[in-house]
Amino acid sequence: MPQGPAARGDPRAGVLRRPTFWLIGLATAAFALAPLVGDDVQLRESLLLASVYITLASNLNLMLGYAGYINFGSIVFFGLGGYICVWLMNAHGWPLAAAALAGGVCVSGLALLFGLGILRLRGAFFALSTIGVNEAIKAFVQNFDPWGGSSGLYLSTTLFQPLGGPMRALWIIYFLLVATMGVSLYLSFFVKSSKFGLGLLAIGQNEDAAAVLGVPTPRYKALAYSASAFLPAVAGGLYFFKSAFIQPADAFDLSLSTEAIVIVMLGGQGTIIGPALGAYLYEELRGWLLVSETFSNFQLVIAGALLLVIVLFAPGGLMGWLYGRWPRLRRVLE
Amino acid sequence: MTALLELDGLTKSFGGVRAVDGLSFTLAEGEILGLIGPNGAGKSTLFNLINGVFAPDAGRVMFRGIDITGEAPYRVARSGLARTHQIVQPLADMTVLENCTVGACFGRESLALGAARDAALEAAVLVGLDDRLAVPASQLTIAGKKRLELARALAARPALLLLDEVLAGLNPAEVDYMIGVIRRIRERGITILMIEHLMQAIMSLSDRIVVLNSGQKLAEGLPAEVANNPAVIEAYLGDPSLAAELHGGS
Repeated sequence: MPQGPAARGDPRAGVLRRPTFWLIGLATAAFALAPLVGDDVQLRESLLLASVYITLASNLNLMLGYAGYINFGSIVFFGLGGYICVWLMNAHGWPLAAAALAGGVCVSGLALLFGLGILRLRGAFFALSTIGVNEAIKAFVQNFDPWGGSSGLYLSTTLFQPLGGPMRALWIIYFLLVATMGVSLYLSFFVKSSKFGLGLLAIGQNEDAAAVLGVPTPRYKALAYSASAFLPAVAGGLYFFKSAFIQPADAFDLSLSTEAIVIVMLGGQGTIIGPALGAYLYEELRGWLLVSETFSNFQLVIAGALLLVIVLFAPGGLMGWLYGRWPRLRRVLE
Repeated sequence: MTALLELDGLTKSFGGVRAVDGLSFTLAEGEILGLIGPNGAGKSTLFNLINGVFAPDAGRVMFRGIDITGEAPYRVARSGLARTHQIVQPLADMTVLENCTVGACFGRESLALGAARDAALEAAVLVGLDDRLAVPASQLTIAGKKRLELARALAARPALLLLDEVLAGLNPAEVDYMIGVIRRIRERGITILMIEHLMQAIMSLSDRIVVLNSGQKLAEGLPAEVANNPAVIEAYLGDPSLAAELHGGS
């Protein structure tokens, strides 16, 4: 928040003067370029996962950090987006970009419908219902024959041909995922600078007071839920296209939802940069735990312990801790 | 004078208790109407019925000639009716200015963010919070939070303001300051319906008084009439000191 009344005019006019705006662009460009230098495939794979995590966490943050609603089942967006994309390409020959976007639109629309229903619930009841949504969709897909039921869908390798073969396709998918990450962060940025975002923040602070002040709470919550579904669904489409295989157990894996919550809390809920920072750190930690002999498959235990420590000792996450030490940082890193 | 707010037979029960029982009165444009009554008389419930926090069991609320009975609070706010809470409800982690901006953004004029900040700033100046704009609401004193309630409501540029005990818990200097603020609000043409226990304050501010007891209207009239009404004095349990205060305030 700028200090002088003069700096407090139309916030839109100041977008280009906010360091966070440039930081997002810079980080996205760095992600895209870093593995290109030296053709480093291993770095690319690591950054690819990081960009998926950042996309999931940043969109989760719209609900968790802004509106104060804990979505335990956010992975359903990712999984369902993956299924729609893979199926459209396999069965209907859609090109990748169109199929992934269609997945985003469908999932976002569905989320709007679900949201108008389950967002009447609050607190723990809402959190439980989001797990319910994930499990219901998972059960549906497991019994849905056109999508291969519980054995899933395999992509035909010929689908990589239009992208110039598997090697080139992997790079293209990577760039698309990095772009999705960048758009996610900008979505966070612009929502937070908007009237819509102000309304969400008010809901997150005190929903009843927000309603009395005139914030149209049911509509705003449903819109936020729907918006937070779009980019994870697109990312799911890209991700599962890359895997060339999708099955319910991977697509609707609740532990990934939980990791996304840990990431948002680790970085700092409600901030723009926090979820990205948290995702990057978490991905680095996870990578280390996976290669370490003693700790293989141990990341969820660590995640749980981490969440406990954050909630107890640093509810503001990394960003909250940084703001506490250097209050002026609030104006630089949002 | 045209009626800004018309209540007609409002009734609301909680379990077996009739918190508000067949209540009717009207509020003219530009007026300050004081609402008094013993604890549990149904005053705050009445506010919740007017602004849509509760839907009444029976009766009707007309605001600016439109039936707003049972409308959601955010619709009521949008139509130009703002309120403060007896128990303050700050948006704790947001700054004073942000709190007021929420009021302005989603109030009667539904302002865009830039214009809303100007309206918020204006409201903060009016209640004397302009030196604490960047302070998180949670860090304000009780008096500060009361002022914030008022500023947020004002930032919405309402036609009608419901004030629920904005003077309670303030020291005499703060009370005097707030009374000045309320007078200034009135000068801007905003109609006020206020609940207050501080008799001298409400008697001197109000054009008319409505007395509630057990959810029903016990008396209505000019402050002096009401203060001398034996039924009103009795409703306050015949407390002689309070009766004396009522007379003193008239």
